[in-house]
Formats: sequence, C-alpha cells, structure tokens
Amino acid sequence: MDTALQHRASPEPMTAPAPWGRVRRSRHVADRALKIICTLFTVLGAFVLGWILLMLLVEGIGGLSPAVFTETTPGPGSQGGGIANAIVGSLILTVLGIVVATPIGVLAGTYLAEYGKNSKLAEVIRFVNDILLAAPSILIGLFVYMLMVQPMGGYSGWAGGVALAIIAVPVIVRTTEDMLRLVPGSLREAGAALGAPMSTVIIKISWKAARAGMVTGVLLATARIAGETAPLLFTALNNNFWFNPNLMGGVANLPVMIYQFALSPYENWRELAWAGALIITMSILALSVVARLLLRKDKVR
Amino acid sequence: MVALSHERLVSSADAPARRSSPPSFDALFRLASLASALLVLIVLLGIIGSMIYGGMPAFREFGLGFITSSVWNVNEDQYGAWVAIVGTLTTALIALVIGVPLSLGIAIFLTQLCPPWLKRPVATTIELLAAVPSIIYGMWGLFVFAPLFANYVQIPVSNIVEGMPIIGTILYARTPSGVGILTAGIILAIMIIPFIASIARDILDQIPSVLRESAYGIGCTTWEVVRNVLLPQAGVSIIGAVMLGLGRALGETMAVTFVVGNANRLSGSLFDPGSTIASRIANEFNEAIGLQLNALMALGCILFLVTFAVLVLARLLVSRVKVG
Repeated sequence: MDTALQHRASPEPMTAPAPWGRVRRSRHVADRALKIICTLFTVLGAFVLGWILLMLLVEGIGGLSPAVFTETTPGPGSQGGGIANAIVGSLILTVLGIVVATPIGVLAGTYLAEYGKNSKLAEVIRFVNDILLAAPSILIGLFVYMLMVQPMGGYSGWAGGVALAIIAVPVIVRTTEDMLRLVPGSLREAGAALGAPMSTVIIKISWKAARAGMVTGVLLATARIAGETAPLLFTALNNNFWFNPNLMGGVANLPVMIYQFALSPYENWRELAWAGALIITMSILALSVVARLLLRKDKVR
Repeated sequence: MVALSHERLVSSADAPARRSSPPSFDALFRLASLASALLVLIVLLGIIGSMIYGGMPAFREFGLGFITSSVWNVNEDQYGAWVAIVGTLTTALIALVIGVPLSLGIAIFLTQLCPPWLKRPVATTIELLAAVPSIIYGMWGLFVFAPLFANYVQIPVSNIVEGMPIIGTILYARTPSGVGILTAGIILAIMIIPFIASIARDILDQIPSVLRESAYGIGCTTWEVVRNVLLPQAGVSIIGAVMLGLGRALGETMAVTFVVGNANRLSGSLFDPGSTIASRIANEFNEAIGLQLNALMALGCILFLVTFAVLVLARLLVSRVKVG
C-alpha cells in the first residue's frame, strides 16, 4: 500500500484531471468495481424478492374468489372448490405449535438469561439451541413421526402441532434470552433489594422490561412455522376434507396442500395452489414486518 | 432450597427470614425453567436417537455399502445412499459458490456503502427473503426460473459445449427441461443469502470503526479498506457464517424437491436431474414400508450427522471471534 500513497507531484500543467484524480488508476478501478458489484448484488437480492412477489400476485389474484374461502378442497377431477379447510387447518396447527412452544421457549430462555447465565449447563443448552435453530426441518418431521405418528397409529394434527412447536422453540428461546440480557442488572438488584424473590423479580421486572422483544420473538416464530411444509408431510399430512374435531387422521393445511396441488395435473388444483401461495406468503411477510416494526430499537434474530 | 442461593448473593448479610411470596412458587418457577431448558437438550438427543434407531436395520442390512452403493431399487429392496449424498453435497456446494460472494457483497454494501436512510429498508428487504416459505421458492424455481433457465442458459450452453472434453460432459443437458442439480443449487444460493448476509453484516458492524477510519485516514479506497482491514479482521467468523449457510443448504427440502428433478442417477452433468437426501425423504417417506422406511431413516441419520458437524463447526468459528 506504500507505493499507492505516493503523491504525484505532477510537473505538467493541470489540464482536465483524470476521473480517478490523484489516485492510481488500478486502485480507482478496483474501488469502483467493488462499489458497483456490491450495489448490484444488493439490487439483485431485492429484485428476486420483488420477482417472487410479482409472480404470486400475477398467478394468485386470478384464483382468488369467495369460494376459495368458503369451500373445501376439491377431489381429483372435480370442478371448482376452495381451500377453506386448508386455511383453517393451517391456522389451527400454527396456533397449536405456538401455544406449545411459547411457555417452553420463554421459560428456557429465562433459564439461560437469569439462572444459568455462564454455567456449563447453560452453555451447552445455548449451543444445542443454536443447532436446533438451523437443523433441517424435515428431520424434525421424521422425529415426530417416530415419536407420535407411529405410537398413535396414524397422522394427526397433534403431531403436526408438536413438529411445528419444535421448530418454534429455538427461535423463542434465542430472542427471549437476547432480550432479557438487555435488561440492566440494576433493575433486578432494585427488585431484590425490596425483598422480592427471584421469580417475582423475573416476572414483574425482567419480563416486563423485555416484553416488546419477547413478543417479537413469538411473532417471528409464528412467521417461521406458518410456512413450514417439510415437517407436516409426515405428521399432519393433508386431505380434501374438513378434519375431525379431535384432530386425528390428518389435517388439511396450506403448505402441504400447495405442494400437492401445484404439482398436480388438474387446472383448478393448480389455481388453488397459487391462491394459497399468495395468501400464505402475504400473511407471513406481513407478520414479519409487523414483528420488526414492533421492535423499533434494534434487531432480533 | 437451591432457589435461595441467588437471594443470598444479593443480600448476603441478611438471613432470608422474611419472604413476600411462598417459597414453593419460587422453587417451582426455577424448576420449570430448568426443565424447559433441559427439554431443548432432550429434543436434540431425541432426534439423534430416533434417526439412529430408525436407520439401524438399513445400516445392519447393507453395512458400509449403504453409503457407497448407488442402487435405489424399491422393487428389489436394495438401497444405497451414494446418489443422494452426492446430490446433497453438489447442490450445497453450488449454493455456496454462488451465494457467498452475493451475501458478502450485500453485507459490504449495507455496512460500508449504503447511505444511512436506506439501511433499514434494504436490510429488511434482504431479511424478508428468509421469511418467504421454502415451498414458494420451489414454485418460483419450477414455474418461473426453470423455463427461463432452460431456454436462455441450458440450450445455448449445451450447443456451445457439445463435443468438448470435460466441459462437454459437465455442462451438457440431454433434456433441457430447466430442472436439475444446478437449478437446485441456484435456488439454494438465493435462500441462504439472507442468513449469511445478516451474520456477515453483524460481524462487519462489530469491527471497531477506529480501524476503518484510520485506514481511510491514510488514503485507502473502500476496496482497500475492505480487502486489507475488514476481511482480515472478520476472518474466521466469516467462515463460520458461511458454514451456517452450508448447514441450511444441506437440509433444505421443499424448494429442492421442486427443482432437483428427483432422479436416482449419477450423472456427470450439472444440468441433469438428481436428488438430495432431503428431497428423497420428502418424496418417498409416506409410501415407504419395511426396509425402505429404514433406509430413508438411515438417510436422515446421515443428513443429521453431516449438518450437525457443519453447524457445530460454524458455531465454534463464529463464537471464537466474538470472545476474542
């Protein structure tokens, strides 16, 4: 870099200066190249997102009709139909997953941030949680198949909910811990100084202070599991009927419905798949944006 | 009475004689949070255990040959994982080759070049790429990207390279349908960008700005600052971020299932259809019985071990720098 710093004491008169000024040309070119390439890459990323959304709008809007929200998925070869059962099924599975995952995730995150801190056990659990966060979701489907579908003797919405919960827990654990760690220790000390036991300090002070972040974590986890397909393939399955009230024997849901219908030979099935894809993507993106807006200060991952 | 220890830390001189809420709740709360934390551990052990348990019959039947054999014949009950393993590794590798430069470029843009008012919207846009369900990527890949890819890349490239040695094999499409290993790799690359980019951005943000400013101060260009100051500083944790992306790419299921072609065939060409471990499980699991089920479980076991190793490595690389 030392040669690069040499100033050019140019003896010749200052005519029109080169665009790279007093910087050596190769340096100028490398710098320009970096800036242009990085900007291009970013534009490309945004472009792909835009392209996908545009595709969903173009293909999905045509399929949207009142029937989509009121009728059940049509059988092979029959006309019309809607995806009402898949929408409701998806909602139920997602809610079930979040209801199971939230207490476990919040408590585990609380343990890491408030009790375990830097102990060996907490370190191990943090490590394991990070691995679960990125573990292939299809393997979680296989695990729940072995854990619940085989013993219970059939596919069920419960198994689907548990599979989704296993995916949601690590997200909630991570955000809860991160948010609780941002709560200043002096607040806890103040609570303890008043004679409050540890649990009261955590519930009344730490949780309250970190509430916005923890809610964001739950919302992000919801967004994450709402579109998961792979773990539902072997757990909740999918069918063309309204599910049993006890959730046994397969529950129709949007992601698996889209997977099956999009690759089918029937025109109306494919149209319904596009409509479902539009609905689910827009809901998830909206949820993610809301979660991020909720946490005005800074990031959660 | 473990719950008392923390109170003692705070008010050690005071004997915990008075308490506002019954001690049982305090202990219970602590126990519940400990149990939840342990549950995370148990789930991971359960996943490992169930994969090994489920895959054992297949491993016992075929031995090491399960990994090296490329036969997958349901009718004769002969199974080998080689094609799926190669497919998984190839698609993930392609995803890294394409995705890593893109992600680093985006991270550099966000941290070094982007005007402040644009930072939030651009960062959110890139992060939203991660929120799009993988099945939507699959549909985009199959219905929008694959036809374009077939028309504008596969056919022209095949015409050019036909007959050439080596390249003529690698980049020749026998049936230019757009789906195949390379398409799957490209879709995967797009899917891992938000993960690598956002970690790389965090790493670059953590580098003290003094370093950057002093480099600019002696007259460095942005390129020189990035090349000679930021990248050496970020060092191994960038590799950790890449490994994290690799972990994602290895286990991605639905998008790959749509575009990989799902053929059990070893082919020299990147344009030819193949299959990955995850796509094969997704395709066959629901119809599988007996030994086939065990073979699929064994595939899952292999996938788990590979991603586990990659993720552990990633985690170690990323955390080491944060401490140092």
